[in-house]
Amino acid sequence: MNPIKTFKKGGVHPEENKLSADKPIQDFPMPKQIIVPLGQCLGAPAECIVNKGDRVLTGQLIGTAKGFVSANVHSPATGTVAKVDVVMDHTGYYKPAVFIDREEQDEWADGILVTDELLTDIKLDSKQIIDKVKECGIVGMGGATFPTHIKMMVPEGKKAEYVIINAAECEPYLTCDYRLLLEKTQEFLMGVKIVMKGVGTEKGIIGIETNKMKAIELLDKTINEHKDLYAGIEVQPLKTKYPQGGEKQIIKAITGREVPSGKLPIETGCVVVNVASTYAIYEAVQKNKPLIERIVTVTGKSVKNPGNFRVRFGTPADLLIEAAGGLPEDITDVINGGPMMGKSVSVTNFPCMKGTSGILLMTLKEAQDRRQTNCIRCGRCAIACPMGLQPFLLHKVAKQNDFDETEKNHIMDCIECGSCEFTCPANIPLLDYIRYGKAKTGAIIRARNQK
Amino acid sequence: MSNTLLISLAVLGILGGVLAVVLYFVAQKFKVEENPLIDEAEACLPGANCGGCGFAGCRALAEACVKQAAEKGNIDGLACPGTDMGKVAAVLGLTAGTFEPKIAVVRCNGSCQNSPAKVHYEGADICAFASTLYAGKGGCSKGCLGLGDCVKKCNFGALHIDKETGLPVVDPDKCVGCGVCAKTCPRGIIEIRPRGKKDRRVYVCCSNTDKGALVVKNCSVGCIGCQKCLKECPFEAIEMRGNLAYIDPAKCKACGKCAKVCPRGSIHTVNFPAPKAEDPKALQGAEPAVKPQPQPEAKPVEVKTEVKPENTVTA
Repeated sequence: MNPIKTFKKGGVHPEENKLSADKPIQDFPMPKQIIVPLGQCLGAPAECIVNKGDRVLTGQLIGTAKGFVSANVHSPATGTVAKVDVVMDHTGYYKPAVFIDREEQDEWADGILVTDELLTDIKLDSKQIIDKVKECGIVGMGGATFPTHIKMMVPEGKKAEYVIINAAECEPYLTCDYRLLLEKTQEFLMGVKIVMKGVGTEKGIIGIETNKMKAIELLDKTINEHKDLYAGIEVQPLKTKYPQGGEKQIIKAITGREVPSGKLPIETGCVVVNVASTYAIYEAVQKNKPLIERIVTVTGKSVKNPGNFRVRFGTPADLLIEAAGGLPEDITDVINGGPMMGKSVSVTNFPCMKGTSGILLMTLKEAQDRRQTNCIRCGRCAIACPMGLQPFLLHKVAKQNDFDETEKNHIMDCIECGSCEFTCPANIPLLDYIRYGKAKTGAIIRARNQK
Repeated sequence: MSNTLLISLAVLGILGGVLAVVLYFVAQKFKVEENPLIDEAEACLPGANCGGCGFAGCRALAEACVKQAAEKGNIDGLACPGTDMGKVAAVLGLTAGTFEPKIAVVRCNGSCQNSPAKVHYEGADICAFASTLYAGKGGCSKGCLGLGDCVKKCNFGALHIDKETGLPVVDPDKCVGCGVCAKTCPRGIIEIRPRGKKDRRVYVCCSNTDKGALVVKNCSVGCIGCQKCLKECPFEAIEMRGNLAYIDPAKCKACGKCAKVCPRGSIHTVNFPAPKAEDPKALQGAEPAVKPQPQPEAKPVEVKTEVKPENTVTA
């Protein structure tokens, strides 16, 4: 095993609470009607290409990417399009979606290989791999949902040296990536190989936090057993520290390089891909299977049956909560994602999407807001900030709408990890104000650049 | 000793004299002629630099007035919301252009009673931020969030949040119609409308352009786009914007007929004479009655917040 590495600046260590770590992945049965949102990625929503009454097959394209930062949407089931309408997503806003009345049997669209066999022969070349990733609508499944094909396109003049697979899963509670590593080890490693071929490099590093020793050992063992097949892939244990899984943090931890302010990770010669996305890339390239399902962790301290479910997109989240033992009484908070970066939801019947990594049910004891007091300039937020920012200052100037000052203090470098808010002894919602300032400052910068 | 003193005095004196002459000629050469009328016009304006006129400040408006008066002989279209433009016109030797006093109008009636809370919000009290996070307490994605961005921005103290309804209220005596609140509101709920003749005005108190079915789910007084008012209006002053009726203040004659036919009580009439007791329909328009309606399928109430897990160990 390689020596344990970590990033230097800041970071916190919240209680891990990986309650569902030992629960195997279960296939979740689909309901009669599924509702597939068209905007499942960061950027523009896809454009619907099916009409009411059309029969769609599993894996068939139903929405085409619109714009540069956008991803295709495929039908997760076989059935008839009941309507193309709006549906309330987790924020409570109405977003366009396709309603599909499902048939009992899956009928897969043409060209999709349905097999559990491990396919080790990569037939496509670099460009074809990236095109396939784009075609299959694969996005970053850690939560940010940034289209993966854009990440894999190395701009001219730059060279990718490393492919870093982000298996840190530093968010407390979430276990979906961990389970995938344990249960689909070989497929995942093939995915790493495909990404390496896609970006044109010989070196792939899998970064995993040391609280997932089982996965580290299993990966090490598998790579050693098939030395020829997985040449160039290495497992790098990382210290259990939040936000180890931040893109910039994991690059810093593994390579010691720092992404320059305002630049992309490719500047450091690294392409970072999430575990679930890597597995999806394997399925897309080897089996031609588009992204129509993912693993979702349903967990919480008072949840009867926390678990990991393989869910087709468009399945309402309340069915998952039902399967995990229903909504316990002391629950006040339902969170889409992990406790640090996830957002509370307004409704529980929102459809699962590409970015839904977990559904966390928080008890009143954990989630209740503590009394907010004044900032005493203790500087704990500045110590905790992994980006070396000064959250106490940023929160103050964002509150005063002084967006020149926020820009000067590099608010755009904030990765919104929430470490500052976590450590704040005065219980100030620092991240809220910083997110607000970041959104406003970003808009000002974009407007200026357009001129 | 005294010699040194005298020499330095003489040198400095001569130097000062020469430079003064140079400065005088430079100042003459680069003199900026400024119209004294600008100062006079500026003196008539409130000096709050609120930006309500559309210029950078009061002086910029004064400059624009002087310029337009010299070029066109009028000051039409230039108006400070807080001042009688007649005074400025008098200073410039003109009669004022048509200036209509304006007022901010909050186009949402989704109060705690009309649109009961389904979720609870805890987080930064900034509407612009909350708007990116969720649709709203009552579930209406176009309605007022009630966190008071407009109140904080108002330079004249004309807005406050009513504790009972959770909505901002405009004080007609203090509001000058500068429009800062309208620009601030992330959902564009506040509109600047003419105060109207005798201070009477009619407006649609809803901003939701969604289909009627979605509106009804979340609010008992939202406009459903039935177009009854559109058909009733004798002056063709009402147009549909999406599924929302909009009364064009330029065409509206403030007859109040639309308010009487509105099945949802979304159209509000302000400063109209009290309706006669035997006409219960008119009452609905003048004073939007709170109609408790059965809530369609109540959803579980969730706490809404940016969360931190148990604050136990910190690295």
